[in-house]
Amino acid sequence: MSKFMKLLVVALAITAFGAGMAQAREQVKIVGSSTVYPFSSYVAEELGATTKFKSPVVESTGSGGGHKLFLSGDGLNTPDITNSSRRMKVSEFEKNSANGNTEITEALIGYDGIAVAQNGGNDDFAITKDELAMAVAAMVPVGGRLVKNPYMTWNQINPKLPNRKILFYGPPTSSGTRDAFGEMVLGKFAKKHKDLYGPVSPKGKAKKYVSVRQDGVYVPSGENDNLIVQKLTKDKNAFGIFGYSFLEENSDRIKAAKIDGVAPKPDTIAGGDYPISRSLYFYIKKSHMDKVPGMKEYVELFMSERMIGPRGLLKRIGLVPLATELRKQMQKDVLSYKNLRLEDLKH
Amino acid sequence: MSFTIDKKVMKRRARRDMRFKMYSYTAIFMAGAFLVFFFADIIGTAASAFKQAELRVAVNYNEDAKEMGEYALDEDLSYLVSRGFTRLIPGKMRENRALIGTTIEKWVLADAEVDQYLKSKPNRLKKGERTLVDGLKAEGNARLAFNIGFFENGDSKLPEMAGIWAAAVGSMYVLMITLIFSFPLGVATAIYLEEFAPDNWLMQAIEVNINNLAAIPSILFGLLGLSIFINFLGVPRSSALAGGLTLSLMTLPVIIISTRAAILAIPDSIREGALALGATRWQVVITNVLPLSLPGILTGTIIGLARAIGETAPLMIIGMMAYIPEAPDGFTSAATVLPAQIYTWSSDSLRAFTERTSAAILVLLGVMLLMNGVAIFMRNKYEVKW
Repeated sequence: MSKFMKLLVVALAITAFGAGMAQAREQVKIVGSSTVYPFSSYVAEELGATTKFKSPVVESTGSGGGHKLFLSGDGLNTPDITNSSRRMKVSEFEKNSANGNTEITEALIGYDGIAVAQNGGNDDFAITKDELAMAVAAMVPVGGRLVKNPYMTWNQINPKLPNRKILFYGPPTSSGTRDAFGEMVLGKFAKKHKDLYGPVSPKGKAKKYVSVRQDGVYVPSGENDNLIVQKLTKDKNAFGIFGYSFLEENSDRIKAAKIDGVAPKPDTIAGGDYPISRSLYFYIKKSHMDKVPGMKEYVELFMSERMIGPRGLLKRIGLVPLATELRKQMQKDVLSYKNLRLEDLKH
Repeated sequence: MSFTIDKKVMKRRARRDMRFKMYSYTAIFMAGAFLVFFFADIIGTAASAFKQAELRVAVNYNEDAKEMGEYALDEDLSYLVSRGFTRLIPGKMRENRALIGTTIEKWVLADAEVDQYLKSKPNRLKKGERTLVDGLKAEGNARLAFNIGFFENGDSKLPEMAGIWAAAVGSMYVLMITLIFSFPLGVATAIYLEEFAPDNWLMQAIEVNINNLAAIPSILFGLLGLSIFINFLGVPRSSALAGGLTLSLMTLPVIIISTRAAILAIPDSIREGALALGATRWQVVITNVLPLSLPGILTGTIIGLARAIGETAPLMIIGMMAYIPEAPDGFTSAATVLPAQIYTWSSDSLRAFTERTSAAILVLLGVMLLMNGVAIFMRNKYEVKW
């Protein structure tokens, strides 16, 4: 009976609304990374407000979720653009090709730094990336072999660091920020100690190194970075791990730790001096270009100096712009809709 | 025979009684305290969202402003005025050529940072800008006005422009679909199960399943909705139709269960009386059972819908947790709902969104309170005691 009811619902749905459904689309559909979402929706709003086109719909599905929807085919019921806080994977490119998305353009729009921040009232804090890895990893090398992470205070890792409890509030496993953090901090550390951690595949997920300690020192705090910021204002011992834009917006009450002697700032992130930063992308399904109204205009607006330039509007909400030369090259490549090739992703 | 009253036992009983009472009071007090704390916190944060900073500036529709709206303002002031206003200037000038070359003084929306500064909240205004705003305030050229935009606008990345209108309309559309599909189906199912169904293992299995469905996590309905409505039937993703259908699945068991309870409460003497007068079973249902149980059915339906209006998890899966600034103009166009709006604002990095998040929560709570109030009112007013 319950199945019958569902069938009935379905049947009613078809008869009532079936006719109007298979029409061409009237607006751009965008999915993907929650890190790129604020920038993407800002551009979408600007397009809707200043042109005759309807505002594109921007969905925050996470990078992986976005690619999955994007590569599922080239029909108009699939998204036109997917945002990503990492580069497209080779496997994703191959699935795209297999499903008929042979022509894709890649757009690099800027950077996002991952800040390790603490209460604004604390003394400044500076650590190396390796020390950070030793504080967070589940398994660390001690005396030439891997043991369960024994460190509970910072001075146990390095006597020069203060006698302060190690405590992190960070993103949960489902988050792209956590992936990026794992890759750039723990992954790099594991590569240095290959003999102990075993071989690390270029993007692979060798369990040993990406795993973060589970003994209560690293507290996964949900996808909402505002909650982590709030915890830092209450707990002076703690460090929080989140995107740069949250650091900038809350600079009156929290401050970032220097990593390898560098504090996260727009120029240190863009220049690659700050060691934990990532590139932000979006991917364009070229076969939709002439079918979806406003898609071309959205891409042009996004790539314009007014948005991603050094004094662009997106900088105000936390995007770290590309260096001039790279930006000019990117604008040229994207606006000529250069095809993404498999070779591009392999290095 | 005589009773001897053991005083010790009596005292112990009285004490136990007292203790139990204290536990109950403490529980009620704690529940109340949480509620008060919650409301005080939400209202305290939300209050400032209903005011919005405005600035009186001279808008000079010169030639340069045709390209960049900011050029219509004094350069220092252009950073203080909302981009939501300046970006519309070129369009206005294109539409109305007579504007070109004129200067008009008017109140315009201030940037969120100015708004937060005037409300003495943390903001990112630079020192010079602060003195400028202070000056404007002293001259009476800066004010906090009622934030009508919060109720008229859709979502925006500019906190000063963000409003709940689009999400509220989206919620209405979704609720309408939910009602259209779940109410007739739910009531019909309940009537069949109570009045016509034979008592066999199949019906019992169905009953168990329905009770089960009412209790499973709502996100599973989202997955079901995604695979049936969107992937199989091709209902557009993010549309009010997809959302409403998915929530119908969730509301259906609630309506079935409450309708059955309402029908069950009608004494058999009524049915027997009608049957004795020669009515068919169908007529018994239509003329007696249904009208008499209607208050109970409606109460259950409203409570089911009140749950649906606050639901987020299944809607996230079918793509309604998205940036959709325009109110939907049909059941198949993209829509978002109030709880989704609250969620997206709460995770925005800009702090000016905090007060708006709370204000939106307040509105949603108000709507739910209203719905539950209506349900209780109907129950009290129309309920027949047998």
